[in-house]
Amino acid sequence: MKKHLQVEAIQSGTVIDHISAGQGIKILKFFDLSSESQRITVGLNLPSHDGANKDLIKIEGLTFNKEQGNQLALFAPKATINVIENFEVVNKFKVELPQQIAGVFSCPNSNCISHNEPVDSRFNLTTRAHRTKLKCHYCEKAFDKGLFTELD
Amino acid sequence: MHNPLYNKNIISIPDLSRSELELIVATAQSLKQSPHPELLKNKVIASCFFEASTRTRLSFETAVNRLGGSIIGFPDSGNTSLGKKGETLADSVQVISSYCDAFFMRHHQEGAARLASEFSSVPVINGGDGSNQHPTQTLLDLFSIYETQGSLEKLQVAFVGDLKYGRTVHSLTQALSLFDCEFHFVAPQALSMPDYIIDELKEKGVKFHLHDDLDTVIGSLDIIYMTRVQKERFDETEYQHMKSSFILNAQMLTGVKSNLKVLHPLPRVDEITTDVDRTPYAYYFQQAENGVYARQALLALVMTDEFGV
Repeated sequence: MKKHLQVEAIQSGTVIDHISAGQGIKILKFFDLSSESQRITVGLNLPSHDGANKDLIKIEGLTFNKEQGNQLALFAPKATINVIENFEVVNKFKVELPQQIAGVFSCPNSNCISHNEPVDSRFNLTTRAHRTKLKCHYCEKAFDKGLFTELD
Repeated sequence: MHNPLYNKNIISIPDLSRSELELIVATAQSLKQSPHPELLKNKVIASCFFEASTRTRLSFETAVNRLGGSIIGFPDSGNTSLGKKGETLADSVQVISSYCDAFFMRHHQEGAARLASEFSSVPVINGGDGSNQHPTQTLLDLFSIYETQGSLEKLQVAFVGDLKYGRTVHSLTQALSLFDCEFHFVAPQALSMPDYIIDELKEKGVKFHLHDDLDTVIGSLDIIYMTRVQKERFDETEYQHMKSSFILNAQMLTGVKSNLKVLHPLPRVDEITTDVDRTPYAYYFQQAENGVYARQALLALVMTDEFGV
């Protein structure tokens, strides 16, 4: 039987693979990828080698470096970033939790100064005893990872 | 030798190392004994209180005057064009910092001082940002503890009252945890120490204990740090029941260690009865006075490279 690609191949850009099912839409939303002018292909609930479904995002014409890829780790800790040139994978890496996430989430503290000033939000990440916390650079309040990743 | 605090922003206690805290305390002691009225001569310091705080503002302004500096500024944002015209704090700070050599500020929003330091061309000293930090209060607390105990190390310190919302308690705990002190947290369950502070202490291996009342531990203490339990957080019956455990009176001080001192960031309401004022253990009014010396020390160190080393 002839195999069919479920998602169209891209000539050059980035493929974010192995996103846990359900997280793909959140990544698009929080990283504002859909507002880019690049062509974006999204696969949801695709079959994966380990039996669990996965999401996948292909972005034509946008190349992620390690730092940019790591910004996704809060949502998709098992994600793999594939950098594509001329339909070939020229770089491939797994995401790792970064030390800092900037400009993605608003601070959950409504009295934090970052809400009404011309600055990007900034959070420092710490993981202790398997608990990841995000501490706001400005108001110094620490929040559980879940507070951000469970947002709709 | 370089003064490590020269030209530095003073925003949050965790930004300061143990040796920097010791330097500030030693400098405060030296300035209390021997004033240096010319240290800030020809320097202009801005006193920017976007939120009113009489005690903090007056002690800062006294500190500048005692060091011979000039003051500009405002006591609250009510009578200024700041805020009313919709200007951002970032823009206000850029303008203010072009008029002065340093400024201290109080603001009702958390993170305001950190943000200001990123837009200012001169050092910023945080005089309180919402419920976040009030580092100069912690510095005067440390100075008062050092002054009364001769050391900051290996002390038995009780924090009593509202430990949940009291930012001064949080920062003092962070500072004293660098000095191998043992903590006793005495609070109603609804106002107990926040988890993030408890987690930090566990991680650092700091010894601490939780208590229901002060009586069980008072005999072993060097410092009692009282804070105000806000009556409005409890219903009347609950508050009356709670009072006996979290209000300090003179009778409770029978048989305590002779070096014990009672501190309070003030203003108090009824958590320390006035009969404690007449005991040798009361130190809260001297503590408030020490705010001037601690702030003098900070200004001297931040603004003069050669001082304090």
